[in-house]
Amino acid sequence: MPDPATHDRSTQVLSTHDLVEDLARSLTPVRRLPGPGRRALVWSGAVLAVGLLLVPMADLSGLRARLAVPDLHWAALGAILTAFAAALAAFQSSVPGRSPAWSLLPLPPLLLWLGASGLGCLRGWLAPAANLAEPEEMRGCFVFLMGVSLPLSVLLVLMLRRACPLRPNLTAALGGLAAAAAAAALLVPFHPHDATATDLLVHLVAVLLVVGLNGLFGGRLLDGTAGPRSRPGEADL
Amino acid sequence: MPVRPAALSGEAALSAAMQAAQIGDAAAYRALLRDCVPVISAMARARGVQGAALDDVVQDTLLTLHRARATYDPARPFLPWLRAITQRRAVDALRRKGRRPQEVHEPLAYEARADDGPMPGDDLARCERATILAAAVAHLPEGQREAIEHIALRELSLEETSTLTGRTKGALKVNFHRGLKALRASLSSRKEGTDA
Repeated sequence: MPDPATHDRSTQVLSTHDLVEDLARSLTPVRRLPGPGRRALVWSGAVLAVGLLLVPMADLSGLRARLAVPDLHWAALGAILTAFAAALAAFQSSVPGRSPAWSLLPLPPLLLWLGASGLGCLRGWLAPAANLAEPEEMRGCFVFLMGVSLPLSVLLVLMLRRACPLRPNLTAALGGLAAAAAAAALLVPFHPHDATATDLLVHLVAVLLVVGLNGLFGGRLLDGTAGPRSRPGEADL
Repeated sequence: MPVRPAALSGEAALSAAMQAAQIGDAAAYRALLRDCVPVISAMARARGVQGAALDDVVQDTLLTLHRARATYDPARPFLPWLRAITQRRAVDALRRKGRRPQEVHEPLAYEARADDGPMPGDDLARCERATILAAAVAHLPEGQREAIEHIALRELSLEETSTLTGRTKGALKVNFHRGLKALRASLSSRKEGTDA
């Protein structure tokens, strides 16, 4: 029976067959990636190293005094937990077949972080003696947040690229959240003043900017297979 | 019966083949990819991909699988990993298709269009054919069986087969042709038998 569909199918099957041959021929041994948990720990180690590098510049006595205030140490804890949870979620989302529910993991610590920081809004009324921020200090905070987030994001994106994020924008946004939260946690010892509403706003803008930039550019960087027909050689780049 | 062990096997064999591929075993990888093609195709069809787009999805999935092969963890089952990749590529394909205008003004042609995917019984028929072939191959004499298995079924070259079995290429060729002849005879007599 002359059936055009059959003919089409046979040529398509051939090209799939060729692709299989291409892929098998270009096969090189790969080192299995460690699990997402271990990779998140590695990245957190890098964050810790950055923190240790910055220790000589830190205002430790001020830090001790400020951590005595409950909402500030809750905020710091929230930022640290958010950084780790978001990094873990990003690494989980970069491995095919892991549950998408991992992406929700950073939400509870994020709420803790934002909630505890939000209490700082009331500080102006609760503790009028608190040391409030000057505009140029605020600019310093913003520059610090961006300056620390950027290398942390770059490191995270480079690590995530080794896996295969099927939803690159989600993975990149989670990575951005991790970097921004880590930067905010690192900022705590250098903060020359206590949290206020404007301060919180500056932090929020910085965090959203980092998450957004990661989502925009990181997604493209992570999406190694977006092209409909990238050959195996290119896909490995 | 050691005829194409990967063809009819389940998840464990796929997982083992993927592990072999991770350390660079091209033959296992080729067999794995071939076995994955119908699986990917079925998964993509379940997501609603049809027609020519199906083949694009299969190929995109194979490319992504190749790129992602370091992320496979042998402690976990293989098929969910493959399904995650396939579903993502299927969704990509459906989105691409959604952006293109579609012909919807010919209801008759639309209704009468044949589904160009495999028919419902195809898997069963393929399975049955494989069993019949396996039985016929198993009845061949030892030398012929080896030649048929390695050269025809596993698609190895003469050199590979000769290093594998320790026989000369000439002997393999002779055995191969005798085996084919015997198979042709036994399978065609079988067919006549069933037809009668």
